Formats: sequence, C-alpha cells, structure tokens
Amino acid sequence: MTDQAYNFAYLDEQTKRMIRRALLKALAIPGYQVPFASREMPMPYGWGTGGVQVTAACLTPEDRLKVIDQGADDTTNAVSIRRFFQRTAGVETTERTTDATVIQTRHRIPEQPLAEGQILVYQVPIPEPLRFLEPRETETRKMHELEEYGLMHVKLYEDIARHGEIATAYAYPVRVEGRYVMDPSPIPKFDNPKLAGNPAIQLFGAGREARIHAVPPYSDVVSLDFEDHPFAASKADHECDLCGSAGSYLDEVITDDRGTRMFVCSDTDFCASRQAQGHRGRLSPQGATP
Amino acid sequence: MNAILTGGFADPSTQSAHAFRALLEAMARPGRIFTVAGAQPPAPISVAAGVALLTLTDSTTPLHLAGDADCEALRGWIGFHTGAPLVPAEQAQFALGGWEALQPVTRFRTGEPSYPDRSATLIVELDRLEPEGARLTGPGIQTEARLSLPETAAFRANRALFPLGFDCILTCGARLAALPRSTTVEDA
Repeated sequence: MTDQAYNFAYLDEQTKRMIRRALLKALAIPGYQVPFASREMPMPYGWGTGGVQVTAACLTPEDRLKVIDQGADDTTNAVSIRRFFQRTAGVETTERTTDATVIQTRHRIPEQPLAEGQILVYQVPIPEPLRFLEPRETETRKMHELEEYGLMHVKLYEDIARHGEIATAYAYPVRVEGRYVMDPSPIPKFDNPKLAGNPAIQLFGAGREARIHAVPPYSDVVSLDFEDHPFAASKADHECDLCGSAGSYLDEVITDDRGTRMFVCSDTDFCASRQAQGHRGRLSPQGATP
Repeated sequence: MNAILTGGFADPSTQSAHAFRALLEAMARPGRIFTVAGAQPPAPISVAAGVALLTLTDSTTPLHLAGDADCEALRGWIGFHTGAPLVPAEQAQFALGGWEALQPVTRFRTGEPSYPDRSATLIVELDRLEPEGARLTGPGIQTEARLSLPETAAFRANRALFPLGFDCILTCGARLAALPRSTTVEDA
C-alpha cells in the first residue's frame, strides 16, 4: 500500500526531473560521472542514498523491484530499501532475478544473466576511481579531461611489485568504451566481466558524493591490466556447500571457534533456485527433499 | 487560451515515470523507437516532443524554440506547464524544432572538456521516423541499428567531438528515438 503522504516513489517531481536529466547525460557519455543535486534521504549516507534516488527516478508503478545487498535479498540494507519502495511507490517486489524489472544492488551483479528491459542500479560509495591516488577533485577532473590515467596503471604495477599479482580484488577499475576510467563500485572483480556487453541498462548512483554514471547496454567495458599480467576474475577456489555450484561467487562463513568454515553462494536467489532444482552441496541436509 | 491550460499530464508522477522510462530506454539503445503518451501540446508540436518537454524541462532548464516551434501558443503552453525560460540557442540546455530550423546545430552547447554533461539536448521534430536508412553503431547497440535521419554529416561531426557534443531526442507523432553523441552514424 502506498503511503499517500508521499509523492510516488518518495521524491518530488522537480527532483526526479533533475535526476532524470543527469541519467540521460550519463548514458550519452558512458563512464563519465555526472554531478547531480543529491538530496537527503530518510536513511544515512552509506546506506544506498544514491542508488535509492536513481531507483526512485526510474520506477514506474508496474515495476517489480529486487534489492540485493552483497548478493543477498534478506540482509538489513536490502530489506529496508525494499520496504521503503513498497511503502512509497507501492511497487511489487520480488527476490527472483529473472522476474525483476529494476534491481538495486549493493556490491554484486546477480549470477543469473540479465536481459533487455531490466535496469541494474548500483549503490556507489566513492565514484571516483582516482580518489585514493589523488584526493583533489580539481585534479581528478583534469585527469579525466586529459585521459591521464597513468597513475592508475602505476597503482596496479605497485600491486604486482609488492604481491606478484594485481591484488585489487574489488572496485577493480575499468575503462568504458575506450574513454573514461570508471570505478564499477565495490563489486568483486569476479563480477567485472558481466559489466561488458550486458543487455541490461546499468546505472550507478553515489548519494554522498552526488555523482551519477552509467554503462549503456552492450558496451565495451575493459578491466585495466598488463599484457604480461592479464586481468583474471577470481573467486574462492571451492564449490558452494549448499548448492554445489562451482561457478558462482562465494562467501566464506566461519561456523565455530575452531576454524571450521563453509563456502556459500553470495547470490541467495541463485543458490535457492539451484537447491530447488535438486542441486546439493557438501553440507546440504542429508535426505532433505527440495 | 484553453489550448494553453490543457494538454499537460493529468497524473504527473506516473505519466512522467512512464515517459522517462521510454526516454531512458531510447537514450540507452540509440535508434530504437518507443511510443509515448500523455501530452497534447498545441500545433505544430508532436505528442512525443510535448512528453519530452513535460518530463525533462522545468524552470531550471533554459529552452530554445526554433522555427515553427517558436509560436505564441507553444510559448504560453511551455510557460504554464513547465516554466522553462526561453533563451537564444547558444544558452539553451534544451532546444526544440525541426532539423532545418535548428541549423546550424554547431551553435548549441557541447559541454566543457571537464564537464561534458553541460551540453544541449536537441528535441528534433521529424516528419518521418523509421528503423531504416543511416547505420548506427556504438554503445547501447548490439550489432547495428538503422534510423531515418535527416542527414548524417552533422552527427558524424558531433561524434568526432566526443566526449563533448549535443544529444538528440528525435520525435515524430507519438514516437521517439534518441541519438546520443556516442553513436557512430554512417550513410546507408
């Protein structure tokens, strides 16, 4: 049920128009961070205020919304944002990736390949990939203007010099359509290949930093690397202990105080679907029926 | 007078949401044609151009009206429904008119090297909008798209400015398509 005290999807129409204009420019300049007049939302910065504003600007009453937090539908951030739009927009919600038309995500891309007609909205803490290398906004803006991305390669090179490999495991920088270097938000680098050639529209909202960027469908998105140290999408070298999947991104869960651990899919919908199809992992309950 | 007061969105929040989704999909998938509804702007402006104005413009977006679009009825309609200030082409964030009337398109803002988003969006009224003719490739297009463009040279020159450039929303009746600066346009 919609809370009638609010406009549809919480934000007022003028704010939505402002965000919508920024979204169209973001799509027209793939990977470029468009400044926008980010509003205070009824949740703290760092809880997805940017993603929530982008979702609010995109939602229609007919949408089915899915919200994930590190792949999971049932964690605090996901549940609270899903409830927020249930109340303020009255939209249907779902946990199934294939049924959703809009998916707001914190730091994962669903395992299930996305399709045309779907929109993936990322929550972004720090949109500027060069920020930890150069703290001044005036300088990073100039570096983007001049395509001066040598510093990022130096950072990756230092990884190799120190660790023998590129140790950056999340928020791994990408180059979009051969022009802008973009931070894909702190998704594991395992998800980076899914950014490229994706049929869905990918929108990124950073509330505190007041930036929106986007990757249009079927875009060319290349993870930065070196010829002799090519990019590799890595994950824990295990199978899921609940569904047996060998190809999905895994969370490591400590299960007692003697170092026993289990590995489970980070994407809860993917794992549950596989279990429903009868797939079993090492720690699945014995004799349990799907 | 009545023509000025009517023809806006009856239910702005949901109608503009539907309209924006069409605009978002159009800008994300250049060359693909979408049908929109909800606005009845005065002649000679199309439904799709009216929808784009109501969805994207307001008192913060300077608008340029070119050619036929610069008429008393439309100026009143825009003033009442959006409040967008009317300005010369060089200052416009949005511009509306036929392709001929918008010439020379090099007048419009293409952004600044450090802020390429500070550029104009042209709402181009066309007599014909069909998925045939000029070949489009680039972000948002899987292999190639075809679109009946009034010309290709201006869009090629615009693409050469990337990441600067203007973006176009092409309208015809109740249908619209988009052509962002990132799209490569070739003759059929």
